[in-house]
Amino acid sequence: MKLIRIPFFRQLIRSFFDLAPILAVVSIFQLVVIRQPIPDVTSLLAGTLLVVVGLTFFVQGLEQGLFPIGETMAYAFAKKGSLIWLLFFAFALGFATTVAEPALIAVGDEAASVAAEGGMIENSAQSKQRYSLGLRFTVAFSVGLAILIGVLRIIRGWPLQYLIISGYIGIVIMTFFAPPEIVGIAYDSGGVTTSTITVPLVTALGVGLASSIKGRNPMVDGFGLIAFASLTPMIFVMIYGMII
Amino acid sequence: MIESLLNLLQQFSHSMMATSRDILPIAATIIGFQLLVIRKPLKNPKKIAIGFFYVLIGIALFLEGLELALFPLGKLMATQLTNPEFMQAGDVLNWKDYSWVYLFAFCIGFSTTLAEPSLLAVAIKAQEISGGAIKSWPLRLAVSCGVAFGIALGAFRIVTGTELYMYIVAGYIIVIIQTAFSPKMIIGLAYDSGGVTTSTVTVPLVTALGLGLASTVPGRNPLLDGFGLIAFASLFPIIAVLAYAWFAEHRFMRKNS
Repeated sequence: MKLIRIPFFRQLIRSFFDLAPILAVVSIFQLVVIRQPIPDVTSLLAGTLLVVVGLTFFVQGLEQGLFPIGETMAYAFAKKGSLIWLLFFAFALGFATTVAEPALIAVGDEAASVAAEGGMIENSAQSKQRYSLGLRFTVAFSVGLAILIGVLRIIRGWPLQYLIISGYIGIVIMTFFAPPEIVGIAYDSGGVTTSTITVPLVTALGVGLASSIKGRNPMVDGFGLIAFASLTPMIFVMIYGMII
Repeated sequence: MIESLLNLLQQFSHSMMATSRDILPIAATIIGFQLLVIRKPLKNPKKIAIGFFYVLIGIALFLEGLELALFPLGKLMATQLTNPEFMQAGDVLNWKDYSWVYLFAFCIGFSTTLAEPSLLAVAIKAQEISGGAIKSWPLRLAVSCGVAFGIALGAFRIVTGTELYMYIVAGYIIVIIQTAFSPKMIIGLAYDSGGVTTSTVTVPLVTALGLGLASTVPGRNPLLDGFGLIAFASLFPIIAVLAYAWFAEHRFMRKNS
């Protein structure tokens, strides 16, 4: 306890300053622009306190749990030298972290409503649920594939920009063929897949791999896994929209 | 007092459960591979387990606090600002009457991104492995500016009803041109910063803004036009970080020559 005490408070203050801009924006708009009193000041203060403490715990856990485990596993896989298992792990990590992601579940349900309204699927609860579930598995599969490709890239040392830019070109071409109702959802799905737990874990994995493989630079090669994970869902959701 | 405290405790245990459910598949994957494939004991399992527990508590408290304080107010404001009565601009509204909305979109995009835990994680890591060449704070500032601009532009797009793909394609072209002129070291980080901006804090507020706009602007369908803001919030940070890196490199080179 003694060890964490001082950094803990320093982080607490830092977390407060991270949150202060939101408070300022919300209060200024409410009081000056909308010109109404803040409805519930006690909740606002209590909530702010919870957010600040939560952010502080998160950062503490990040340095102590998520970063070390991601890096340790990257080193262990690199030492073991089994590419198949590493790729399998990469896929499993991407798939497992995405399939239960609450933001994705929300987007999937919304997408099903859009599809039903656009006449792409039958407007019944059952077919909507099937569509939403199919979409979720499609996105989870695409994130798994993204981490797999990203890890393979780090090992082989392929330049990131060519892969990402080809992905962009693919998205642009597909935009013209996908049903217009799905395009907005597809673009948004790229952003919602990467959750607060996935990001630090995957970043540590990438950086750990790049620093344990000879000839790779953690700064140049270590990043980019998240970029893949936000790119492939867009492509796969559009494919999903075209098939169904 | 006691009742509301109990209520809070109940809600907190609820979000603890929800967060545990999110963490479960991740923990299962890690433990499974650790036991079956790597088969080597962890160096400090207790410390790591405590770390995971901190993350769990942290996210649960964080979500609970947002739910209690900021989301209701933020969502209320998004609907109030997009309400035609608030704008009092006569019968026919044009895109200029929404200036408060753009300003709100800009400010909320900026401030929520600054508090985004995933971005914080990536920024800490980047500062650590670049040996301080990339500082966490300016990086987060650049990303926040990117999101702010992206969301404001996205609000403008919903108001004017222009096609989403035109903006996205234009954004991609800018990214491709910037990539050609950027230092190699920053490219991966810049691309990653697009994906990390939109999670716990930003998504609910931005979605509320998008839906509010799409349901009040005449001629927009909330189901079709409400989407797209997240896409803007993931594209523009890439542009902002690449631009920041370009400026930083040029300033560095000027100083040295």
